[in-house]
Amino acid sequence: MTATAAAGTATPGKHQAPETATTLTATVSPQGARAEKKRRSKRSRTMLALNVFSVVAGIGIWWVLSVSGFRLPTPPQVLERAIQLTVDGTLFVDAGASLGRVLAGFALGTALAIPVGFLMGWYWVARGLMEPWIQFFRTIPPLAIIPLVIVLMGIGEQPKIFVIFLAAFLSSVISTYQGVVSVDRTLINAARVLGAKDPAIFARVVVPASTPFILVGMRVGLGAAWATVVAAELIAAQVGLGARMQAAQMYYDLPTIFVGLITIGIFGLLMDRILLFAEIKLTGWQERR
Amino acid sequence: MTTSTLQPATAAAKISVRGVTKTFPLGNEVFTALDNVSLDVADNEFVTIVGPSGCGKSTMMNVLAGLETVSTGQALVDGIAVDGPGPERGVIFQQYALFPWLTVRKNVEFGLKTAKVPRAERRERAEHFINLVGLSQFADALPKMLSGGMKQRCAIARAYAVNPSILLMDEPFGALDALTRVKLQEQLLETWSQEKRTVVFITHDVDEAVYLANRVVVMAARPGRIHEVIDVDLPYPRTEDMRLSPEFTALRNRVWHAVYHQDGNH
Repeated sequence: MTATAAAGTATPGKHQAPETATTLTATVSPQGARAEKKRRSKRSRTMLALNVFSVVAGIGIWWVLSVSGFRLPTPPQVLERAIQLTVDGTLFVDAGASLGRVLAGFALGTALAIPVGFLMGWYWVARGLMEPWIQFFRTIPPLAIIPLVIVLMGIGEQPKIFVIFLAAFLSSVISTYQGVVSVDRTLINAARVLGAKDPAIFARVVVPASTPFILVGMRVGLGAAWATVVAAELIAAQVGLGARMQAAQMYYDLPTIFVGLITIGIFGLLMDRILLFAEIKLTGWQERR
Repeated sequence: MTTSTLQPATAAAKISVRGVTKTFPLGNEVFTALDNVSLDVADNEFVTIVGPSGCGKSTMMNVLAGLETVSTGQALVDGIAVDGPGPERGVIFQQYALFPWLTVRKNVEFGLKTAKVPRAERRERAEHFINLVGLSQFADALPKMLSGGMKQRCAIARAYAVNPSILLMDEPFGALDALTRVKLQEQLLETWSQEKRTVVFITHDVDEAVYLANRVVVMAARPGRIHEVIDVDLPYPRTEDMRLSPEFTALRNRVWHAVYHQDGNH
């Protein structure tokens, strides 16, 4: 129906749990269970080794390319620049500025998206009123409205935060709405026959049942926010990772651009992991097929 | 040979369905799910409803549960017209409908919490019914850890916990394998003998219908109506011997014919 294309890769209940749910009724002998566990931990060790190997090999290839004529900085040059930027504090200032904008925009976006998504899912009148706007704005990349917000809001913090807010809001609102409309009818009926009225059904069935969708929306929203902040800073900002890279571009300063890119990647990954962890903690009750 | 048993509505009837018709718009046509159905169920009676698909047995259940309204006629419980769901009518669904984010205990406590039963009493009542269905070891397990049979036992405990006078069961064992099914039938009768309630149990399994019931209501499709009502004069507790007895076989055959040869060619 209205699932975001981006959400397609991260549907609730499909990510890997750290451990597979073991059915209590399964008649596995203790030895069998132990052997199974051993096999699984061996698999995960091999997996980790493969990951490490892949990263090391990737850096190796980069290094080879950079010394064989491609105009890339070598890994030690980038590391050196990273240390330099860390010591003089620029990296902290830039990363802090970018992170601050993302968190502000993301917090505002999700804080509005969750109630709006619930309203749309629960009341068809609200859905009818809001859906056209949300569907319309969803088709516009948040970056495309940067020229507009710069004209209207200037080049301070507000336009950047607003663009991030919009990116985060749009991806969260749709998944929250999806979550509400896809709550199993039988669960609602089960609550009704147990005497629950609408407010109780909402709080005790609809909200928990849509949590997995909301968290997926938040992950997608955070990704969108992070991608948007860097782009927004590329266009108009004094500090921030995007602004630093933009400035470095003028001076042909490739190591700084690399430091910026790697920092963006690491932060993005960390934030995604934090939300993934929250998702596993909060939605571990889901049956995984 | 349609024996539309229009019994006189007695004052003692726990459930009284009177001339209930339920129609749905189906494209340009009107689909009659229930056509002038009347049925009385006595207090603490165990009635099973069996029939081919499309005979309106699930609609009947939803009407009694208050999840669907009737087009004409009336469904009365204790002489009062059904108007929406209520805790005096417990419902057990085929798909278990356990809240997956709640443990067995919290699921069983759900209705009690709705009724604002104090915490300590809630605990105690839940404990009692969890023990009754034999799930005490799994009280703190999430539904995803349970097998299908255990899930349905949890659902039965949850329905019982709010102390309904009627249990409406919509093909509760339909999704289970044959062995688990027989086990749960035994267990349900055991639970029922300890905690008597009026039960309306929908099934598509003729054996199950006969084994559990005081009375088997056979329905017919297009339009959904009562085809025949067959009394099961076997005493409770029902046993395995009874299940294999000639009397049981005779009843089973009768119900079978009523279900599968409704056009009258025996």
